[in-house]
Amino acid sequence: MKKKLNLLMLTAAIAALVAFAPPKGYEVGDRVENFTLKNVDGKMVSLADYKDQKGVILIFDCNTCPYSKAYNDRIIGLHKKYQPKGFPVVTINANDPKLSPGDSFEQMVARAKSKNYTFPYLFDETQEVARAFGATNTPHVYVLARSGNDFVVSYIGAIDNNPQQADAADKRYVEDAIEALLAGKKVPTQKTRAVGCGIKYRNA
Amino acid sequence: MKKVVWFAVLAFAYLGARGQTPPNARIVRLSELTSLMSRPSGNVMVVNFWATWCAPCIQELPLLEELNASAPDVDVFLVSMDLDLDPDPQKVYRFVTRRKLQSQVLLLDEPDPNSWIDRVEPSWSGALPATLVINPHTGKRIFVEGQLKEGKLQEILAQVR
Repeated sequence: MKKKLNLLMLTAAIAALVAFAPPKGYEVGDRVENFTLKNVDGKMVSLADYKDQKGVILIFDCNTCPYSKAYNDRIIGLHKKYQPKGFPVVTINANDPKLSPGDSFEQMVARAKSKNYTFPYLFDETQEVARAFGATNTPHVYVLARSGNDFVVSYIGAIDNNPQQADAADKRYVEDAIEALLAGKKVPTQKTRAVGCGIKYRNA
Repeated sequence: MKKVVWFAVLAFAYLGARGQTPPNARIVRLSELTSLMSRPSGNVMVVNFWATWCAPCIQELPLLEELNASAPDVDVFLVSMDLDLDPDPQKVYRFVTRRKLQSQVLLLDEPDPNSWIDRVEPSWSGALPATLVINPHTGKRIFVEGQLKEGKLQEILAQVR
């Protein structure tokens, strides 16, 4: 009986560890599991909806982070430039609204409206998608390239190397990655740090 | 003469409105920060990366200030990342003055985080706050990402001393 109890406690301890372990997430080259999340228009959006595209520029973003604000127009610009070339933008907010009140679903709807988003802004209420990806910061970009019915991570990190001034950036990591993918070449820089605000995870 | 007085009054009003640089705050480049962090002697260093817009950073500031005031063998450096987004240091200077911060405040002026984070701490994701504790005598370093809870600093200090 005691042994059984010990085993039970051990299992519980491991379960707790797993639950509280920081997200590890996908690396470049990994195949991405499909996900389905609610968009600001109330409709559900799945990654699988994009299987007729060449890929997706997936960005963990939010309303409140100053880095997200600094990059907002650049994100809109990425969609404008690459949606016609087969790489549309999909943004996801994973911040817990209890920890970051400006990131509630209602506030997301307002942001998408005021900035005329023509791409999804999805609410990752359970934070499961952000954890699966191992997203830590906002904005945190994952360039996904479609391969058959799968999506493969091709770049992880920042949009470019100058948060303050878009014009002054001399390395545009996301654009370089997509241009390489479109040309059938190797992505030059596969991973950078997405400097920004930490994603507000529950129990973190 | 009257003109001179007016000029002085205007200049004074202008400077007052701009705010003055607090004596414990200054702008640094990465080279100065890294040479400070690798100094071979002196007090244990607590290097805290923060920004005025970062709520958890502001919440943990009192713990760092308290440590700076109470531990004579510890130097606290508050490295502000505000210049990364806003080139004007006044917001930080006003914050330092208003909060009466006593620790050394270093405003890091480096535009490309990916070019320097590895040289500060390879395991850092780039999120704020982040804190690095260094014992210059032994070279021992402990790095923590995320908000410091009460008692955490003391725990880390015990490990590096």
